Amino acid sequence: MASHGIRDRVAIVGMGCTPFGEHWDRSADDLLIDSVSAAVADAGIGLEDVDAFWLGTQASGVSGMALSRPLHLDYKPVTRIENMCATGSEALRGACYAVACGAYDVAMAVGVEKLKDSGMSGLVSTAVPGAGDDSRGEITAPANFSLLAPAYAAKYGLGPDALKDVMARIAWKNHVNGARNPRAQFRKEVSLAQIRDAPTVAGMLGVFDCSGVSDGSAAAIVVRAEDAHRYTDKPIYIKALSLVAGPVDGLVDTGYDFTTFPEVVASARDAYRQAGITDPAAELALAEVHDCFTPTELILMEDLGFSARGQAWKDVSAGAFDLDGALPVNPDGGLKAFGHPIGASGLRMMFEAWLQLRGEAPPERTVGTVAAGRKLALTHNLGGGPGECVSFVSVVGSEPSA
Amino acid sequence: MAGLLAYGAYVPYHRLARQDIAAALGTSAGRGTRSVAGYDEDTTSMAVEAARPALRGDSGLRGSIRHLLLATAAPAYLDKTNAAAVHAALALDRHVLALDVAAAVRSGIGALIAGARSDVPTLAVLADIRTGRPGSTDESACGDAAAAFVFGAPSATRPVIAEVVAHDALSEELLERWRLPGAVASRVWEERFAEDIYVGLAREALDGALSEAGWEAADIDHFAVAGLHGRACAAVRRGSGVRLAALTPDFADAIGNTGTAHIGVQLADVLDRARPGEKIALVVLGDGAGVLLLRATDALPAHRATRPVAEQIASHSAPMAYASFLSWRGMLDREPPRRPDPEPPYAPPAHRRTAWKYAFTGSRCEKCGARHLPVSRVCASCRAVDAMVDEPMEQVHGTVVTFTVDRLAFTPSPPMLVVVVDYDGGGRFRCQLTDATEADASVGARVEMTFRRTVTAGGVHNYFWKARPLREARATGPARD
Repeated sequence: MASHGIRDRVAIVGMGCTPFGEHWDRSADDLLIDSVSAAVADAGIGLEDVDAFWLGTQASGVSGMALSRPLHLDYKPVTRIENMCATGSEALRGACYAVACGAYDVAMAVGVEKLKDSGMSGLVSTAVPGAGDDSRGEITAPANFSLLAPAYAAKYGLGPDALKDVMARIAWKNHVNGARNPRAQFRKEVSLAQIRDAPTVAGMLGVFDCSGVSDGSAAAIVVRAEDAHRYTDKPIYIKALSLVAGPVDGLVDTGYDFTTFPEVVASARDAYRQAGITDPAAELALAEVHDCFTPTELILMEDLGFSARGQAWKDVSAGAFDLDGALPVNPDGGLKAFGHPIGASGLRMMFEAWLQLRGEAPPERTVGTVAAGRKLALTHNLGGGPGECVSFVSVVGSEPSA
Repeated sequence: MAGLLAYGAYVPYHRLARQDIAAALGTSAGRGTRSVAGYDEDTTSMAVEAARPALRGDSGLRGSIRHLLLATAAPAYLDKTNAAAVHAALALDRHVLALDVAAAVRSGIGALIAGARSDVPTLAVLADIRTGRPGSTDESACGDAAAAFVFGAPSATRPVIAEVVAHDALSEELLERWRLPGAVASRVWEERFAEDIYVGLAREALDGALSEAGWEAADIDHFAVAGLHGRACAAVRRGSGVRLAALTPDFADAIGNTGTAHIGVQLADVLDRARPGEKIALVVLGDGAGVLLLRATDALPAHRATRPVAEQIASHSAPMAYASFLSWRGMLDREPPRRPDPEPPYAPPAHRRTAWKYAFTGSRCEKCGARHLPVSRVCASCRAVDAMVDEPMEQVHGTVVTFTVDRLAFTPSPPMLVVVVDYDGGGRFRCQLTDATEADASVGARVEMTFRRTVTAGGVHNYFWKARPLREARATGPARD
């Protein structure tokens, strides 16, 4: 991997995040105005101080004008980008590199998605005219990710009931965390029995195994690291940014076994090298990962190196990733409970890292690992499905490395 | 001398029990079951399924065909040639005249006679989907099926399996059965009106053909009579001087009268069983009468179809719900999922990928041998560019690697079963599993490919391939009670 990384060269100095949920009374424009305004206020600057913008949205607007119009920005560079469910992280990546290379002093990454205006159940793909000759336009996202479950169960000798328990445990944990997050879409704890007995959506996935379909927006302001203390006493430094697009051969190549995301493994390896991490489970204070469906979070624990191969189900069951576990995962409730407005999710993950590393998370969901001295957080964002996805991993920290 | 070279039949997997119609509508119960084309089948897709086994493993025969006739009373499209889709799915030579012989049940025997008389190798495919208004005789007594026959000159590897001995056809303008374009059901005149007319027409045509052949009625070893006028067909069967033992089964109890396809299904069944030298007579009633006489050759026993009609009739689903049948035939408009309307296929991308989409032709890398489904210009294994050769995959079986049941996706028959298939000899593809229940979807299940009309969206039929469970021959289907 030929990335050089920009470790400690830029920092986040302000963030904003709207509540996620069914915002019947607010448009994508409204959500953008809210998150952008919150971020600039957080950094103590005016919107005119931002030199360039990266807007991430999958389908809630096209072109830079999707941001410049609602805010009436004055002749500023606005890049509109899309990278499936990793769109928000991709916006951050663009803003960080622009500042790191010296092109701009202050850049903003903002993500937004307005999913609830469509009236459809679940996500609606943006169709490209096709020949009707593969399953991509037919299969839904939960069905696509549910392909992981039978394969994982078969490979590691779990019965379907045992695997269902593990999946329920992940949903239960994320709902416990979401119940402690006023911005989350779902703020109630859900019992294991309720999760297990919910109507099925696809394969082994019940309603509670699926992330929330919601509206929302999040934004971050990025400056050079040496300038960061002009804006805040507690900047969050970028340690690593890695994005990979896979070769899209998992549905072609008989070597792929549906128990891993090779793209995640590759992006994690790259990010850990950039950040100088050798033992992520011991070094990270928390991880925000792409729990679009519960089997995804299970497999991510192995792909990100938090659990050994075939062991994640045991670690999940033992509570290793709970709020008070050895490595809290998705302390804000994750996609599962916080909700998943596609273009905003990557920046929402970063928002939780921002709060936790700065000690600003509400006490009831503050992870103990930060007080215990850990200073690094990971965000992981993916788009696509098993065998064909894009994967993003970032590492951020509350202190520059020595 | 030219003659019949190969054949195949296709009876769809699904069955509707007549007692379930009666129970739903409060009418008197009929006996047995009828065959039902799947929600993802039409006459075009069933024609492909009937012709595939006839051409299987014989590229010489496939390449020799110069004329394709698709006979059906239920064409999937008007104005557009449905036989062109069959031609594409079978990967026939480009220089083939592919034609629809459409609209009437008589088209079936018409295509057979035209094929038998043709001076170029001809594939005649007969397919039909029969229904009527709920509670009608057509709905319960009819069924769905297809059959395919290749006529032409023999080659070293492909002998004549039945000689064409004689034929005759009479045409008669007659308001007996008719249907306006777009109507859901046929209309018929009072049944007794045409009975005597048909019996007379059949006698005249049969006498003409027998005289040409120099046969007596009593010489006939296999006598098949088809048509939608049940009383006339019964009268011809009984009253033509043919030996009782020569009357072929009409499959009324198991699959029903399959209309345009029925004479083909009966002929295929006869060819599954006939001994060398036996005399076969086919009679079809409808707007006249058509007769074709054939004689089985010594080569027949070694060249019978791989899936006999009797085996396909015996291998079937548990009887389906009558409500599902009505839904599949468009007579019960059920609430769809809260999902976007399915996408139709777009013409330019479909045309660019005809060999893949219609014939399931993948590609194989000449450098490293990796198979690609769908076709790919860059090898997923060794990254060689434009080093691919065609790799026909429609006959290759596979094993399910993982699967799911998609309860959210749009499908005319929820839930959608999706499997990831690894093919014998290499290659992987994810597709729908059809003719199956959730119990059939499991890791390790064996599957074969089948040509389907996956969906009709925006007024466009989408044809593509699905997997279906590889079912071994069974003596009987699942018991009902």
